[in-house]
Amino acid sequence: MVAIPGPLRLRAKGLGLIVAIALSLQPSALLGEARRVISIIPATTEMLFAMGAGDRVIAIGNYDTYPPEAQKLPKVGALIDPNVEQILQMRPDLVVIYGTQTELKRRLDRANIAYYSYVHKGLSDIAQTIRSLGMRVGADAGANALASRIEQQLADIRRRVASQPRPKTLLVFGREPGSLRNIDASGGDGFLHDMLDAAGGADVLGDIHRQSVTMSTEMVLARAPDVIIELRYSKDDVNNADMSAWNRLSAVPAVKNRRVILLTGEEFVVPGPRVAAATRRLAAALHPEVRW
Amino acid sequence: MTLAAFGTVTLLACLLAPLVGSTSISLARVFDRSIPFADNTDAQVFFVARLPRVLAAALVGAGFSLSGVVFQALLRNPLAAPDTLGVSAGASLGAMLVLTAHADFTLFGVSVVPLATFAGALGALAIVFVLALAKGRGTSSTVLLLAGIAISALLSAAGRFIQYLSDVTGTFRTVQWLMGSLDVGSYAPILASLVPFGLACIGFATLPRILDLISLGEDAAEARGVDVVRAERVALVSASLSTGAAVSLGGPVLFVGIIVPHIVRRLVGADHRLVLPASALFGAALLIVCDLIARTIIAPVEMPVGIITAIIGGPFFLWLLFRGR
Repeated sequence: MVAIPGPLRLRAKGLGLIVAIALSLQPSALLGEARRVISIIPATTEMLFAMGAGDRVIAIGNYDTYPPEAQKLPKVGALIDPNVEQILQMRPDLVVIYGTQTELKRRLDRANIAYYSYVHKGLSDIAQTIRSLGMRVGADAGANALASRIEQQLADIRRRVASQPRPKTLLVFGREPGSLRNIDASGGDGFLHDMLDAAGGADVLGDIHRQSVTMSTEMVLARAPDVIIELRYSKDDVNNADMSAWNRLSAVPAVKNRRVILLTGEEFVVPGPRVAAATRRLAAALHPEVRW
Repeated sequence: MTLAAFGTVTLLACLLAPLVGSTSISLARVFDRSIPFADNTDAQVFFVARLPRVLAAALVGAGFSLSGVVFQALLRNPLAAPDTLGVSAGASLGAMLVLTAHADFTLFGVSVVPLATFAGALGALAIVFVLALAKGRGTSSTVLLLAGIAISALLSAAGRFIQYLSDVTGTFRTVQWLMGSLDVGSYAPILASLVPFGLACIGFATLPRILDLISLGEDAAEARGVDVVRAERVALVSASLSTGAAVSLGGPVLFVGIIVPHIVRRLVGADHRLVLPASALFGAALLIVCDLIARTIIAPVEMPVGIITAIIGGPFFLWLLFRGR
């Protein structure tokens, strides 16, 4: 931590106060806590249910498959195709959307419906979003507890792997089925990279500051990862012939030492409250020597 | 003589391209028999990553160029190409169907994506072919070209609909596929596409004199004793097979099929006995070079080869359209 000189600290405090006042002046905040919430992003839907505000959610997004109790709710579109008409018709007092949904924001503004919008750049943003979303819907206590629990679990994983060697890891989240074409892997930025870092792996593409990198076979050979972890949403996406495609690159240490690992589960692609569990699975795959 | 020059350029491209890449390898290590291949990274970079890629580029470049030559001669239209006849749209639809359905199985070591692509390309051309047959003798080339554009629009719309219904991953994979990639990573897809490509070449071998005559006009060709309908069928089937082979191996690598025949005709004249083989050789060399640029220009990451060919092809196409006006 950098020590902040006294006057600056005061000014920062003052700024915080102004921001807090400005936030409290938002029309929806004046109306009190949100009672009819629509969340169309999987991560925030999971957050709302996990913080105990699930009973206020009246509709969710098309790709929101967790938790099970959310599944009885109507689905009103998603990131690129929100069903605005249906959303307006349901008369929500808060719509939780992603920062890039500018068209939706404009239409909600016009309809005078409040929204909560956020952007995730990395792992640490998740707990922060949980806290601020909790504050926004009036579920502060549940949200704070949830966020602290996630932070503690992540800190615990970091502590357990701290003394272990960090294997050079390639984290793959997509490729053309049955071949090694268009391999998409996590680069040195973003949520997957941070998870890998917390799980005690050294990202083999850490020097490339992008969230995703499309790799050629030459690049896989050149980077020579010790471990290749392939992530898939569901078990239906996998068969053995598909995984054996990696065997062509036998000079890669991960292939030679049979450390090409398949992990399935949508928690790896949803930056929500299940992130600590996902990181733990990643850590267990990277460090089987540690007792988990 | 001229063909020998084209052959030399292509051979040089084939030999030199595998030596260059985003990583540096030692040739001595590549051919060092004392290191087992399974442990020899340099040899695997050379034989698994680069060589199949160069061969795929050669085959895709030759395939698109040959069909471009044949389509242009047959339709007597400088804009006729696999793209404008709906083949790319058909191939893309095939690829989209399996990519969005997450159908990840392999047949004889070849992933289902190229197979579906091949089927899509042939399907689109089959529609054009049936239309040509229905018109009978002397199919108007403008009608065929317009039919191609209509089919293209129809298939693209179907593709967009599938994409709209699919999830984000399916859409993302499709977009990637549409950009074209020659990083095949093994020899199996190359061998698989050699079958339709070989058949196409047998068909092409019968065509040069007939194409020369058809270029002058179908009536003129008929007067010289050419069975125009039969020749059209052979030409369309061969060009379809060759396009299908190319697009299933490398994706819709735009413009190669349009620009190469034009460049080659400027260099060697209009005699199809020269234009056909020279286009195959030049197309192969051009795509090898484009892919070399694609895999080194922003190393360590790569540029999709379709972008490079379009950057080169786009301005050329404009020049073609506006020259002499």
